[in-house]
Amino acid sequence: MNEVEKDTSQEGKRSIVMPHKGGNRMMYVVVAIAVVAIIIVAAFATGILSTGSKESVTLTGAGATFPMPLILKWADEYYNTTDGGVKVNYGGGGSGAGITQIEEMQVDFAGTDAPLSAADSSTYGLVHIPETLGAVVVAFNLPDVSGLKLDGDTTAKIFMKNITTWNDPAIAELNPGVSLPDESIATVVRSDSSGTTFVFTGYLAIVSSEFDELYGQGKTVAWPDGTLAQSGNSGVAQAVQGTSYSVGYIELAYALENDISFAQMENHDGEFVTASLETTAAAAAAAVPILPAGDGDWSGVHVLDAPGVDSYPIVTFTYILIYKELYNEDTKMNKTAAEALLDFLWWAVHDDGQAFASPLQYAPLPDAVVELNEETLRSITYEGEPLID
Amino acid sequence: MKSHNARKWRNRIASLLALGCVLVALVPLVSILIEVVSRGAPAIDWAFLTERTKSAGTPDSGIGNAILGSILLVGWGSLIGLPLGILTGVYVSEYGDNSFGRTARFFNDVLANFPSIVIGLFAYSLIVTVVGFSLISGAFALGIIMIPIVANTTEEALRMVPNSLREASLALGVPRWKTVLKVIISNGRSGLVTGALLAIARVAGETAPLILTSFGNSFWETGLTEPVAALPLVIFRNAMSPYADLQEQAWGAALILITMVLSLNVIVRLITRKRFKVAKAVKKTWKERLSLSG
Amino acid sequence: MRLTGKLGSGRKSRASFEDKLFKYTTMGVAAFVLALLWGLVVKLLFDAQMSIETFGFEFLTSDIWNPNKDLYTALPFIFGTLMTAAVGIGIGVPISIGIAIYLSELAPAWIREPLSFLIELLAAVPSVIYGLWAIYTLRPILTGTVEPALMDVLGWTPLFEGASFGIDKLAAGIILAVMIIPTVASVSKESMMAVPDSQREAALSLGATKYESTRMAVLSYARSGIFGAAILGLGRAVGETMAVTMTIGNANLISWSLLDPGQTMASVIANNWGEADGLMLSALVEIGVVLFIVALVINVFARLMLGRLMKAVPMTGGGL
Repeated sequence: MNEVEKDTSQEGKRSIVMPHKGGNRMMYVVVAIAVVAIIIVAAFATGILSTGSKESVTLTGAGATFPMPLILKWADEYYNTTDGGVKVNYGGGGSGAGITQIEEMQVDFAGTDAPLSAADSSTYGLVHIPETLGAVVVAFNLPDVSGLKLDGDTTAKIFMKNITTWNDPAIAELNPGVSLPDESIATVVRSDSSGTTFVFTGYLAIVSSEFDELYGQGKTVAWPDGTLAQSGNSGVAQAVQGTSYSVGYIELAYALENDISFAQMENHDGEFVTASLETTAAAAAAAVPILPAGDGDWSGVHVLDAPGVDSYPIVTFTYILIYKELYNEDTKMNKTAAEALLDFLWWAVHDDGQAFASPLQYAPLPDAVVELNEETLRSITYEGEPLID
Repeated sequence: MKSHNARKWRNRIASLLALGCVLVALVPLVSILIEVVSRGAPAIDWAFLTERTKSAGTPDSGIGNAILGSILLVGWGSLIGLPLGILTGVYVSEYGDNSFGRTARFFNDVLANFPSIVIGLFAYSLIVTVVGFSLISGAFALGIIMIPIVANTTEEALRMVPNSLREASLALGVPRWKTVLKVIISNGRSGLVTGALLAIARVAGETAPLILTSFGNSFWETGLTEPVAALPLVIFRNAMSPYADLQEQAWGAALILITMVLSLNVIVRLITRKRFKVAKAVKKTWKERLSLSG
Repeated sequence: MRLTGKLGSGRKSRASFEDKLFKYTTMGVAAFVLALLWGLVVKLLFDAQMSIETFGFEFLTSDIWNPNKDLYTALPFIFGTLMTAAVGIGIGVPISIGIAIYLSELAPAWIREPLSFLIELLAAVPSVIYGLWAIYTLRPILTGTVEPALMDVLGWTPLFEGASFGIDKLAAGIILAVMIIPTVASVSKESMMAVPDSQREAALSLGATKYESTRMAVLSYARSGIFGAAILGLGRAVGETMAVTMTIGNANLISWSLLDPGQTMASVIANNWGEADGLMLSALVEIGVVLFIVALVINVFARLMLGRLMKAVPMTGGGL
């Protein structure tokens, strides 16, 4: 470095003639750097430098962002419970990414809001472990109105742009005594592909055959022109809060944490229900009889428009996916890691883990679902041997 | 007389307009700094800088592991990106007057404009599928993103050097490679440093490719083959989360990230200021000579 | 060019060996980087194959994006990319030229370096932070003042129809303008500073004002550099992902109004990546390929223009 500076300062006076000594060394440094850089890149590209040693057990998961705060909470608490013996690292990234990555065996477990297709779960031998519950609410921004009631059909019509003003008779009928403004409705949806959209459009498709025909259920759908799309719950919530006379759909947890007003929804039994952890859990309990075994076909499972007077109609399970047989020649998972994974999941779905759900605005699992998960976890094997008695 | 006055006024208005452009461009910078500082500062204390990232509602949550992870990612990335970028730039500028050189330059330009998320996917399929989510796969993605930026600015910097300087140097018996290095180190250095800084600043804030490669980590991790945390990932994930404490941490992390990147710029600028002056003096003497001879 | 050979015969062989070593080292690196790029292209084409086979050429000409029916095309996103980049260039380049003129011609010597340093700092602000700033600070300004004013004055043009949300192509274009300013301004400034003082002095000695000398001597000399700078800015604007995704409103529709939300090629990839699989994933990769090609076209165009201008402006010469 000194030499460089000396060269430079001399150049001012001596112009381009420079001492030759330092230069040669510089050249070889350049060549050496080039070679080393290429070797490093090539070595990693071809996977030669891929050895890694682990002192503690690290479990890696990816997928749905919706349960991410809860899974991270579990990771923290489980790390403390095991005195630092097990690190659970959940990276989010989206349900689709999570499914791809567990199918490519890049992660030990995946999170997803939408169940796998029957073909996928049997092809890859993955099991579903519902680990918590979520609900989607219809947030609104009406300057002089504090409470709003909606039913499924009206909500579908609003998002299809069949109902375009707030004082439409359909809305007025549901909200007697509320003075609804003669303003057009701005609808806000998720721009990014998401499980939230999947759940919400699933509900609309169940309650409105027209919606089912025109748009259908999906992680993204082709909303009508004039729909405002925003990324993430935060984006939709901000757009709704920043735009008078707008509606949008967001996760219950987001609405509760940020004091966003949302509509009461009419449920299957004709009652108007406010979304809460209790009404979410009530819906899940009503759905229990239809649940298959952990390694069965979950593709048709939903908790939408569930029966029961207290059931909130837009509710979903969110799932953790793991392999039924944890040993695989391609995975790097050893038996210790496999045991740690099952112990962690066992801990998470029972009271130890579920106790952390409510403070973060997630509804705890009904007992019947916990029992179902126990059976599923008992059926998981490593080289054919079950790991939990 | 009147026309002279009109010209004077036009001159004055044009000058004011030019100054106005500078001020307009500085408004967003100042505004961003105010916004990030006012929202981020309340989050920052000693624990925030030294603790690892924890979940919502947990006290003593910090971004220490993310700061460390970002430094490691950018450091390893630079180790890959800077030498490859600089040497590519040197080749293209000094020896690239042939079809291979033109191809190399051309595709560098293309790569420079490429969405980083696709480069992240490339790193995923090349490295993650073999090593797993890891520091090195993130560094690889960041390094690739750096290459064209560094190569282009190196080339630009060398291009600013008048040909006559090279010729004069050769005429004095200095070998070509030494001339090239000399020219890079003295005259082109401000351009090189700018390029390296632009590249580091750009990758330090990259989010999309890291989701697919370095993955993020709530724990302290420094191993080359382990997933590591990074500041942009913390910002991105926490800003989208419902919880006030995590959102505040996102702004705090944004403040730390922007402080790191900006102070890096300031430090390098302070270190190199003396050399800038020397380089400029050299340039000026050459300009004088050129205008004398021409 | 071949002066080395004629000189100091004692050092000749060593110098030429070292010259070759140096040349082939740099060449090897360039080749390696090129190989990496080809790997990237091959990988992209491989992943896009399913979409290319399914949709064929219609991918570029139809306006459909319907994940539910598994139908995807790129046209709305090509449109959105070009539109926002045009806004970014339209706002950013004139400001950048103004900055470059001020910094290279007008500013007092003591303020030049600090000022150009501050402008360059704009490039150091991470994209995510631009996005956050746009949502929290820029958006209220747009919906409160700028967009209503534009609608009042220019509402009759198709460019400013509709309602003001502050999350639209205009917002994305403004953010892009801010993001390209440091690049365009500093490259333009460099090319202006490379204009020999004798040019300025000649104009001034003929009685020209500073404005006239800048316009006649400096700008005409530096225009290839300025043009190149604008193209660099365009390239940056086309590929920008995070900040655009957070500001553009992300609607898959073709609309000329800057006040309507839109979607760029980069933002549609970023928005849908996490949840995409199968044909949709392949379609997203194909959009990546289209983006690659757009970047190619921009660069071909730039090279052609610069080549012609380079002959007209001999000052910015090539390598050895």
